[in-house]
Amino acid sequence: MIQKFVILMLATTSLLPAQNFPAGKSILEKVDQNMSARTRISVSRMEITMARGSRTIEAKSWSEGDKNAFTEYLAPAREKGTKMLKTDRQLWIYSPATDRVIQISGHMLRQSVMGSDLSYEDMMNDTPLLEQYSAIVDAAETIGGRSCWVVTLTALAPDVSYHQQKMWIDQERNVPLKIEMYARGGKLLKKIELSDVKRVQGRWFPMSMLYKDMLKKGEGTRMTFLDLQLDTALPAGIFTKASLK
Amino acid sequence: MIRFLFKGLLRDKSRSLLPVIVVAVGVMMTVFLHAYLEGILNDSIEESARLSSGHVKITTLGYHENSSQRPNEYAVTAVDRLLEALKHDFPDLQWSERILFGGLLDAPDGEGYTRSQGNVAGAGIRLIGSDEEIERMDLRARLFAGRFPEHRGEVLISNELFKKMKLRLGDEVTLISSSMYGDMAMYNFTVCGTLHFGIAALDKGMVYADIEDVRNALYMDDAAGEILGFFPGNYDEKRALQLQEAFAPDGSGDEFSLVLTPMSKASGMDFLILYSRYAGFIIIFIFVFAMSIVLWNAGLLGGLRRYGEFGLRLAIGESKREAYGSLVGEAVLIGLVGSVAGTAIGLVFAYLMQEFGLNAGDMIKDSTLMLPTVFRAQITPMTYVIGFIPGVLSTVIGAMLAGIGIYKRQTAQLFKELT
Repeated sequence: MIQKFVILMLATTSLLPAQNFPAGKSILEKVDQNMSARTRISVSRMEITMARGSRTIEAKSWSEGDKNAFTEYLAPAREKGTKMLKTDRQLWIYSPATDRVIQISGHMLRQSVMGSDLSYEDMMNDTPLLEQYSAIVDAAETIGGRSCWVVTLTALAPDVSYHQQKMWIDQERNVPLKIEMYARGGKLLKKIELSDVKRVQGRWFPMSMLYKDMLKKGEGTRMTFLDLQLDTALPAGIFTKASLK
Repeated sequence: MIRFLFKGLLRDKSRSLLPVIVVAVGVMMTVFLHAYLEGILNDSIEESARLSSGHVKITTLGYHENSSQRPNEYAVTAVDRLLEALKHDFPDLQWSERILFGGLLDAPDGEGYTRSQGNVAGAGIRLIGSDEEIERMDLRARLFAGRFPEHRGEVLISNELFKKMKLRLGDEVTLISSSMYGDMAMYNFTVCGTLHFGIAALDKGMVYADIEDVRNALYMDDAAGEILGFFPGNYDEKRALQLQEAFAPDGSGDEFSLVLTPMSKASGMDFLILYSRYAGFIIIFIFVFAMSIVLWNAGLLGGLRRYGEFGLRLAIGESKREAYGSLVGEAVLIGLVGSVAGTAIGLVFAYLMQEFGLNAGDMIKDSTLMLPTVFRAQITPMTYVIGFIPGVLSTVIGAMLAGIGIYKRQTAQLFKELT
């Protein structure tokens, strides 16, 4: 009798938090709705801290959904004029120094972008979360005074860059404030801290992100949006190789 | 006494000829095998030193700790000044600056877009204006097609990669790699020649360019990933350790402080050097053991045959100790004669192997080790004497073991076997 009572109590206790949390899928839906725009034009600054000091890179990007993106580097002088084009799963880079358009593929996609803590895969991946992950809400925590759901995301397919992610999602604004990215073996690969959340054209958007590649030394890469326009008309033909040169 | 024993051996060939032949054959094999192993191991060590590790290597602490990743963000800077100081402080060594890098080599189509690509592991070495590195790395023998870089922007690539990327001499290719500052670097080269190493790891995707071009490509002005030091002769562990002490880091843990790594402490080389150091002892042990068994048996047979003789000698008043001593004395003489003959024959074979070598290029074409394509023996002062240790020792041990029978048997019994 006592045994049955203990089992019943344990089962009820373990179910209690889950009953209070919303479904992970509904949270991801809201994040995707908030963050994914039809088109996006942004000017961003990347501050990279590394062994030999820090560097600042500025770039302007145009993107359309999760398929097409085009980036032109504006500064420093050494990177100025370098352009990147992403179409579906292909990435092309133009460097004015060599006057060549080069396709980046395979393991090169996992390499660092301009020495930062971001890989080309990180930059290319704009696919809505719901299409890539299943989600379970683990807990509710507070980050920077904001109430967050702690959600564990598990990849639906083996070719997703990070097998598992843990996200702290602002309960009210549906914006991730902290993300941890894990390999299949459970190793923590990257951490992102998102801050300076602002209202942009009716959506909440983190204007500053601190990326930290856990496999690299250094203090990480801070990416800040200097300008952000959502659902704006894009220049015609920008997502073609001809626009690289 | 020696003369007496020697005469006895010469007159009774049945107790000297077979042991001398056995000793001579064993010593010949020991001498040849020692020279052969010395040659291969030293050549492998020197090949690795010339191609990758140097006899000593100077890097920053950060580079040393992550050397497998070729982390050029931890490159040595102000290299010109450092090289001047090294040449002044250690004039007996030759110093060579190198930059290792990984990346992608991209060949364009007619419109400048990617046609073919290959992963490369490259090295920037002094190729223009100096033949020192070409000679040191034996690149002339490895040049498969074309020529060495004569102008800026020219590159040598492995013949295997050249074929895989469907290139032609004179084609332009673009290197995509990481600069010293961690950002992507792209640089155009013209293919002027191809190399064939016979080492799978290098043939898969090795690229050699002049170090000044690589500096331009990777934004490494007056910098180098590593500075290699070479002794005038073969690797000298004692000297390398002395140099290491002179370069000991100050303990601050600063990632840019310079460290000197002896070749024996470079990854993968420690076992090879340790093995080469003890190879002689291993061979001696094996041959002493094997030949002792053979000569013990030969001694037993000889001893049994001579039991009557020993019985007579004991009967006429010779002590067991004297009889045993003469048996051991004979063994020493047989060992010496056999060792001289075996060493002479072994040296002849070793000399031929040293001069002409054995071309094993086809056998080791897929090897991941940096082995020389021609296996050569190497005659060292040790080669002249190494055969005497198993030659004399095993004969004496064999005779001593066989001679125990003299002590164990009764004089009368030994004497009885005379009849």
